[in-house]
Amino acid sequence: MPIIQVQNLVKKFVNITAVNNVSFEVEEGSIFGFLGPNGAGKTTTINILCTLLSPTSGSAFIAGHDCMKEPAEVRKAIGIVFQDTTLDKDLTAQENLMFHAYLYNVGKDIRKKRVEEVLRFVDLYERKDDLVKKFSGGMKRKLEVARGLIHRPKILFLDEPTLGLDPQSRNNLWEFISELPKKHGVTIFMTTHYMEEAEVCDRIAIIDNGKIIALAPPAELKKAIGGDVVYIRTTDNDGAKQKIEQLFKLNVSEKEGELSITCPMGDTCIPEMIRTIGKNVLSVRIQRPTLNDVFLQLTGKAIRDEETKEGDSVKESVRSYRRRH
Amino acid sequence: MELNAIYVIVAREFKKFIREKSRLFSAIARPLLWLFIVGAGMSSLVPREAGVPYTQFIFPGILGMTILFSSIFSSISIIWDKEFGFMKEILVAPVSRFSIVIGKALSGTIVSLIQSIIILALFPFVGLHLGMLQVLSVILICACLSFCISSFGIVLASFYDSYESFSVIMNFIIMPMFFLSGAMYPIRLLPDILRIAAQMNPLTYGIDAMKHALFPDAIGKMSPDFSLTTSALVIVLTSLVFVFLAGKAFERKN
Repeated sequence: MPIIQVQNLVKKFVNITAVNNVSFEVEEGSIFGFLGPNGAGKTTTINILCTLLSPTSGSAFIAGHDCMKEPAEVRKAIGIVFQDTTLDKDLTAQENLMFHAYLYNVGKDIRKKRVEEVLRFVDLYERKDDLVKKFSGGMKRKLEVARGLIHRPKILFLDEPTLGLDPQSRNNLWEFISELPKKHGVTIFMTTHYMEEAEVCDRIAIIDNGKIIALAPPAELKKAIGGDVVYIRTTDNDGAKQKIEQLFKLNVSEKEGELSITCPMGDTCIPEMIRTIGKNVLSVRIQRPTLNDVFLQLTGKAIRDEETKEGDSVKESVRSYRRRH
Repeated sequence: MELNAIYVIVAREFKKFIREKSRLFSAIARPLLWLFIVGAGMSSLVPREAGVPYTQFIFPGILGMTILFSSIFSSISIIWDKEFGFMKEILVAPVSRFSIVIGKALSGTIVSLIQSIIILALFPFVGLHLGMLQVLSVILICACLSFCISSFGIVLASFYDSYESFSVIMNFIIMPMFFLSGAMYPIRLLPDILRIAAQMNPLTYGIDAMKHALFPDAIGKMSPDFSLTTSALVIVLTSLVFVFLAGKAFERKN
């Protein structure tokens, strides 16, 4: 049985539908990603699954428990790392973790051991007695992930875990996160609006305007848009173009003195293409499709464009709605 | 009820309270100013009544003030927790809303109680002679009143999401509650409309109960306004109502 089952989930705020009829399932031990621009409905979905918000309609089950009817059981089964830090900066790393251990009723005899274990796991054991306000953004994030693991949850939710981190800590964190299912047997549900980050997922749901517009493993999504693009520069572009079009039955276009050919299996096509064109080849490069291309193809817009405009205004209206009610 | 959760919520608040020494000093400074400056100034204006000088009369009022400020400040730290996100960590835990409210109310109670005991220890300086039993009963009343005002503070905090609301709470809730509580003057001397307002204020009853304990023989204007039973009942009942309301406020999900 899938560990997360969501069916026809809808969440409406006065004038907007933040989540619009979303259904998906997540298998135990996998990494599942929600990819979409800001304001697409990712955080709203997480808040419903974490029992912080009731949906307008639809159902959500976590580890066999109904998110609406058995919130306490659901809460025991999950660990969460929210978009914004939820650490107490005036407490030390260890105190923050102990707080969590007590809150989740981790047994008296294993509390200390668990806290030490997760602190070592994220390499923060040496800093355990430092106040959290002295920590860098990356350390805080790691500490939050560690905290989320203390009570051995079945599922770990990560809402934009790398937001605001520098590239190096971002890479570190991803390396660490991608090992979690193997090391801790935990299922990961994450959201991101960075294409590169979604690639660690076993399956990705692309979400836009509250709707899932694609759901598949990353490789399949990329295949769906027609495969790799091979760029060739030659001394005789016209001749090369003709030869490739005849032999490979592929469309070849020329741009800035470079031929570009879209083919499903770029790496195996290249040797044959070079043989065909012969000595005239000056350079060859291959570009694999990114999830950004997938998003562009599915929605007709690049994921980053939206961030500052529509996305944020949706976000703002959701926030002010919640403030008022 | 989850005792572990209640314990750790109180422990966190207590740890932070101990760490911020300046918070304790400024919390103690306010009642001292009122007691020894305002109190001394007013004594020269207000004659002794039935053997009770004004500095003694306002002593329970100043204890009430200490509790009012520290309990409400402690409870509205919830607004800070919301602003800085820590509240979410508590809200997604498998802990009942009721336990969270009890934990927060007890945090405020302990912090207030410590401060009011420090002020109470100054009784010889205003010329009071108290027996052990009197001291213990005042401490007990302080504890109940602290719990009541702390739970009121939690209900209050549930209406606000950002700390900009702090000055609103300070000017429109804390100060009026203090002035309309019988701390500075017996409420039976107030004009009708103000007296009715004071009667709706739980702090009034806490201070009144302390007057019973501190001046058992007082008569006339300086004597308590209500019977001890009435005051005690009001504090206990309003505490229950506030805890219930606070629990409801925490459950709210949109």
